[in-house]
Amino acid sequence: MVQVMLWGSLTSFTEGRTALEIEAANIKELLERLEEHYPGLKPTLEKGVSVSIDGMIYNDAWFQPINPDSEVYLLPRLEGG
Amino acid sequence: MTQTHVSTIVNGDAVEFLCETDETLLDVLRDRLTLTGSKEGCGSGDCGACSILLDNRLVCSCLVLGVEAQDREIETIEGMASGDELHPLQRKFIEHAALQCGICTPGFLIAAKALLAQNPDPTETEVRYWLAGNLCRCTGYDKIITAVIDAAAEMRGNV
Amino acid sequence: MGTHEPAFDVVGTRPLRPDGVEKVTGSAKFGADLTAPGMLVGKILRSSHAHARIRSIDTSKAEALPGVKAVITCKNFDKAKISPAKQNILCNIMAQEKALYDGHAVAAVAAISNQIARKALRLIEVDYEVLAHVTDVEEAMRPSAPVIQDDMFTVGVTPQPTQASNIAKRSEFGHGDVEKGFSQADVIIERQFKTAATHQGYIEPHACLANVTQDGQGELWCCTQGHFMVREVCAELIGMDISKLRVTASEIGGGFGGKTTVFIEPVALVLSREAGRPVKIVMSRDEVFRASGPTSSTSMRVKIGAKNDGIFTACEAELKYQGGAFADSPVQLGAMSAFACYNLENVKTVGYDVATNRPKNVAYRAPGAPMAAYAVESVVAEIADRLGIDQLELRLKNAAREGTKSSYGPVFKRMGLVETLQAAKVHDHYSAPLGPNQGRGVASGFWFNFGGQTCVSLNINVDGTIAIAVGTPDIGGSRASMCLMAAEELGIAYDNVRTIIADTSSLGYNDVTDGSRATFASGLAIINAARDAKAKLCARAAKTWDIPAEAVIWENGCAKPAGANAGNFAPLSLAEIAANAEKTGGPIAGHFEVNAGGAGVSFATHIVDAEVDRETGFVKILRYTVAQDAGKAVHPSYVEGQFQGGAVQGIGWAINEEYIYGEDGKLQNPGFLDYRIPVASDLPMIDTVIVEVPNPGHPYGVRGVGETSIVPPLAAISNAVSAAAGVRLTELPMSPPRVLKALEDSPDR
Repeated sequence: MVQVMLWGSLTSFTEGRTALEIEAANIKELLERLEEHYPGLKPTLEKGVSVSIDGMIYNDAWFQPINPDSEVYLLPRLEGG
Repeated sequence: MTQTHVSTIVNGDAVEFLCETDETLLDVLRDRLTLTGSKEGCGSGDCGACSILLDNRLVCSCLVLGVEAQDREIETIEGMASGDELHPLQRKFIEHAALQCGICTPGFLIAAKALLAQNPDPTETEVRYWLAGNLCRCTGYDKIITAVIDAAAEMRGNV
Repeated sequence: MGTHEPAFDVVGTRPLRPDGVEKVTGSAKFGADLTAPGMLVGKILRSSHAHARIRSIDTSKAEALPGVKAVITCKNFDKAKISPAKQNILCNIMAQEKALYDGHAVAAVAAISNQIARKALRLIEVDYEVLAHVTDVEEAMRPSAPVIQDDMFTVGVTPQPTQASNIAKRSEFGHGDVEKGFSQADVIIERQFKTAATHQGYIEPHACLANVTQDGQGELWCCTQGHFMVREVCAELIGMDISKLRVTASEIGGGFGGKTTVFIEPVALVLSREAGRPVKIVMSRDEVFRASGPTSSTSMRVKIGAKNDGIFTACEAELKYQGGAFADSPVQLGAMSAFACYNLENVKTVGYDVATNRPKNVAYRAPGAPMAAYAVESVVAEIADRLGIDQLELRLKNAAREGTKSSYGPVFKRMGLVETLQAAKVHDHYSAPLGPNQGRGVASGFWFNFGGQTCVSLNINVDGTIAIAVGTPDIGGSRASMCLMAAEELGIAYDNVRTIIADTSSLGYNDVTDGSRATFASGLAIINAARDAKAKLCARAAKTWDIPAEAVIWENGCAKPAGANAGNFAPLSLAEIAANAEKTGGPIAGHFEVNAGGAGVSFATHIVDAEVDRETGFVKILRYTVAQDAGKAVHPSYVEGQFQGGAVQGIGWAINEEYIYGEDGKLQNPGFLDYRIPVASDLPMIDTVIVEVPNPGHPYGVRGVGETSIVPPLAAISNAVSAAAGVRLTELPMSPPRVLKALEDSPDR
């Protein structure tokens, strides 16, 4: 199980919880399980999110491994100028 | 639409062209004479990217009509280097990293050349005010000012 | 600083850029500089109404004008086939049922000359039903405001509203308990701020040349920060296979985020398809201001609580950003970055993304961060003054460091905020004397930096020179940095490496040059492609010597036997191996493809001195210093250039630049005369200090440097002006009338 942290406005889709326990070994599994357990997150996930694993930010890198003790944050899709 | 015949001198060469009476000299240079080194940033004389010398006077070519070039002498960025030898300003711009994207560079070089022709030893403030009609959005002007002052010194023989 | 940073031979030196001569002689080809035989002129008709239903468009008279070869409207795009993600892009490049802002495209023509194209535009008859409009963010949020998008139901509030509004979403970030934090504070300061919308202000207007031939293949030449993005978006909007569209990035005359989407490119392609001839479209400056670019105008509230020793107990911000007609504001990035400079137990930011009748927001250098930093760093400055603590000292006390839980969640890895604060503190600028009516301001700023999809090809030529193809357009001299990293890794001379920007058919997909990613990500890919090439070069040497490949190493530009046991062979240089490539197995090339993570966060601290004329309200910037962490400066001159350029864009934002809308919802200043960006005579030299705290996510420690430099200036300048004026300013730009009003309203007057 990894603990994934959500940003505040997603809690309306997760029964108010900002920290979720998810069984996932990489980003792909994480996103799939999140959508499975919390269908309300689907539009946000489809629009694109970034995932921070131990302080490194990834976009759509499905096979980026996640360790059970990794710090994982779901973030709005980051874009630059 | 009857076009007007114009005879002029561009970068030392005799040139003839036909243009509409409402066509800017910038459009003539770019579209009819394929001299695309002069750029259009605004079309209203605010950015200086189209700077050229017209009878040795610094002008925005977007504010001059093509027909006004009759019997005049025009110098554009394409005429600044002599053969494969860059003008000191051109060399100093590269050396000092005085350009990032480079779109404003031709206008700055022409304007700086006009400055040094009448003031070979300008102060930083004089350079800044002379170049105030040329907009650069990338560099913050710092390295441009340095390059002009350094080129002026070299051209005076103080190196 | 640190113990095992690699030593570099050429990285960190300042060679001449490889494209310098082209750019100083006028031969470099930018967006508007290409022509094609038989080329037509494309022009776009734009709405002069801020908000209007389009009842009908009659193009018959324009079509009948001799010399007109095509006239198109939204009917020429198949809206039903466009994916949801690109619907807004389509609606922005060509209005559908409604014109949503002054400048919104409603039709386009292609004709044989400028004159005829302009005349044709005047012959197009659009029947508008003018609707009520709104351009201010606070007004747009009111329940009584005219609703711009009928299907906009606020996301992020529970329960989701069933009535449409202009509030697209509410976002919340943070951790801890701010109420508890404020209850522990000895001092609390809360302020409201406003900032005006600004434009990226690149000097080169958008320009493209499109050619769709009768066999359905397309070519497009355009100035863009990402030609692969242009290809994919255009292919979808015009219904073409991606493989049939080839996009070449011209030299690009500035972007700053503004060229990360499409505007005229799909229009030119459709015109060309309809006319069967090449079509060139070049925006006028008026069009650039009215229909491309801008970033958000904002309304913000920031509250910070601190103990008497200066330690922050709670930080809170409410940010309202308008994002134009489609609510594309970068408010989430603003909310995430607002307090990123600080180590906080209790922090909360709430952001609202709001639609208005303004052009679709496009990214502008560190999108969303400068405004938030302006509000936050203004309050931080007030806290320091209130507590009598030195400005930099207060920031150092609260600074985020490696291991700090960031305000947006993740724990920071190695980063250099403290180093920039220390660099500012020891800089002689910080202790220089000030005259009357002069003030000094400081501020820090943060940007995330990104990596993303990147692909390079590194070819070894038979003479030992290197040709590199990258897919990230060079906006500010990045080719030089690319060549430096390849030369470093291969151990050869900088002059032997040439980098080009490959077109979309010559290289795999590359994300847009944004997020300060080009030197980071293309650099990382080049280093890895060079390592790939070195392995192949070593293998060729091994074959030549008839020893195992593992027994060969690469050193100083040569293949060498790994040790005495491997055999006694004279080293083979890269040029020698390359010369024999045909005989040893064919061409030698290195490749690397990656979706790069690991872009290190970036921090900066700025110091600025300003003088206020108490009679006119005019602000003069007297002195400016930037200290920023570059990780490793690959080409220090261009790193300094990024620092200086960002600072000066920030100066413009702080004291001059502003989108001004009239009561009629029309943009009143769509030109460089009235939208005044800084000119040389407005400015002092911009001093720079390059701090180098290596990024653990890059082989050479490189961090992106392009965006962070625009984050601190708004606040730093406002802090300087407020100190000089003796009154806190809370609205940007600090134009003379606003400064004068603040002086007049000041209780000390």
